[in-house]
Amino acid sequence: MAVKLTTNSAIPISLTSINRRKRLRDYPWWLAGILMLVLGTFALIVSDDNFRDAFAFIKIGLGVTISTTFTAFGIALGIGLLAGLGRISSNILIKNIATLYIELVRGIPMLVLIFFVAIVAVPGIVAGINALGELLSKSGFPVLADIFTSIQIKEVPMNFRAITALAVTYGAFLAEIFRAGIESIGKGQMEAARSQGMSNVQAMRYIILPQAIRNVLPALGNDFISMLKDSSLVSVLAVRDITQVTRLYTGQTFRYVEAYTTLAVLYLTMTVILSLMVKTIEGKLRRNEQS
Amino acid sequence: MSNLEPMIVIRNLYKSFGTIEAVNGVNLTVDRGKVVVVIGPSGSGKSTLLRCINHLEVETSGEIWIDGERLTHDQKQLNRIRADVGMVFQHFNLYPHLTVMENLTLAQQIVRGRGKAEAIEIAEQQLSRVGILGKRDRFPSQLSGGQQQRVAIARALSMKPKIMLFDEPTSALDPEMIKEVLDVMLDLVKDGITMVAVTHEMGFARRAADEIVFMDNGVIIEKANPETFFTQPQSERTRQFLSQILNK
Repeated sequence: MAVKLTTNSAIPISLTSINRRKRLRDYPWWLAGILMLVLGTFALIVSDDNFRDAFAFIKIGLGVTISTTFTAFGIALGIGLLAGLGRISSNILIKNIATLYIELVRGIPMLVLIFFVAIVAVPGIVAGINALGELLSKSGFPVLADIFTSIQIKEVPMNFRAITALAVTYGAFLAEIFRAGIESIGKGQMEAARSQGMSNVQAMRYIILPQAIRNVLPALGNDFISMLKDSSLVSVLAVRDITQVTRLYTGQTFRYVEAYTTLAVLYLTMTVILSLMVKTIEGKLRRNEQS
Repeated sequence: MSNLEPMIVIRNLYKSFGTIEAVNGVNLTVDRGKVVVVIGPSGSGKSTLLRCINHLEVETSGEIWIDGERLTHDQKQLNRIRADVGMVFQHFNLYPHLTVMENLTLAQQIVRGRGKAEAIEIAEQQLSRVGILGKRDRFPSQLSGGQQQRVAIARALSMKPKIMLFDEPTSALDPEMIKEVLDVMLDLVKDGITMVAVTHEMGFARRAADEIVFMDNGVIIEKANPETFFTQPQSERTRQFLSQILNK
């Protein structure tokens, strides 16, 4: 009934009021909601002693969270690009190795994979290197042998193992993004490059990849945000990121509400800023395409 | 290699895609500096034949010789020969992430090994030749179809090729842009480049071709100079095709 009333309304609706209504409807109210949550929490941190105390403790972990995310994402980009290229390789062996890696990672929960890489795979590789060192010392390469045998698994820090685990996991996700990006480039581009005498590698490097990477930048940005959130999983390895530090803090003080609210809002602040950046990049790319 | 040796020799060429025989036993010789125009209905295998010449399609059997050298499956040899065989595509296939100038200089630098200054100089010559030097810093998406195709021709020419291949270069263009591309092609013909062109432009074929090749169902039905071809076609199939295309 209400709808009918407005549509049949005899009052002429001016253009500006339509525009205003449209603007009100398109306004990002959700962002205002998030902003209120974030500002409200930060107001508490400033005014409330318990919140302030919790925040002062938790922020110590920010450096680890950020550096873990950046390092692991950087390595994952490298792994992902290689595995993505491997997936579309005409070499059957390379293609199968890349696909095996991607399917393995996708079939195992991330938390389990992080335990596995940190506690099984990395020590296993170190043991392998040690064994190689023993072999080398018997066959008379003392310098190399010393280096290989001197690596102790206890000395491989958990931070390093956590970064390895995240990079291996996300490498598989990014591989699929890169593959899709490369396949999105029309085959005429490869033909034009090859017709000019470029090798397959040159055509990939100068013609296909620059376009493919540009197309997948928003997707990469979204995965970076996901990784920032998933970096909280490394707390299970006792790596002192903000999640682990929060757990330590609540263990001592029992201030669960203050600590976990602060933690959640910290992640939210970082991810919202990042996702706005991704949206901006996306918009720019779209504008460039139209021009 | 002597100057009497043909530039392109195609012997007993077969190419099939699965069960479809696209090229079904073709023999063709293109002499140095000659222009061959290949015509025929769509699906007659003319584009496939052209794409076999620089191994964008690899033949099922048969031989291709370019300037006295037989094409093999060796990638290094293919890359070297392809650099000498310019190709212009129906859909231009310019590199959209590079400016016009970069489209022309990239392969010169990384394939020909020319220095940047030299590559730019050659690119400028070719761009002014096709009348588009003013757009050197634009991106392909900022140009009209006809302009893009002229850039594509200039890109192929900057490699200083021995042969130019044209794969329906005007088929994707609006009618008013066809002439500017054909004029550029006629200009190349005047300069004596060896050319194989697949096209539906009969006016161009008549004016430019030394030899017209008519293909249907993967085989060459008739081969003749333009005068004979258009006035006294030998086969019934050719007459039928010409009457359809010329009465349009």
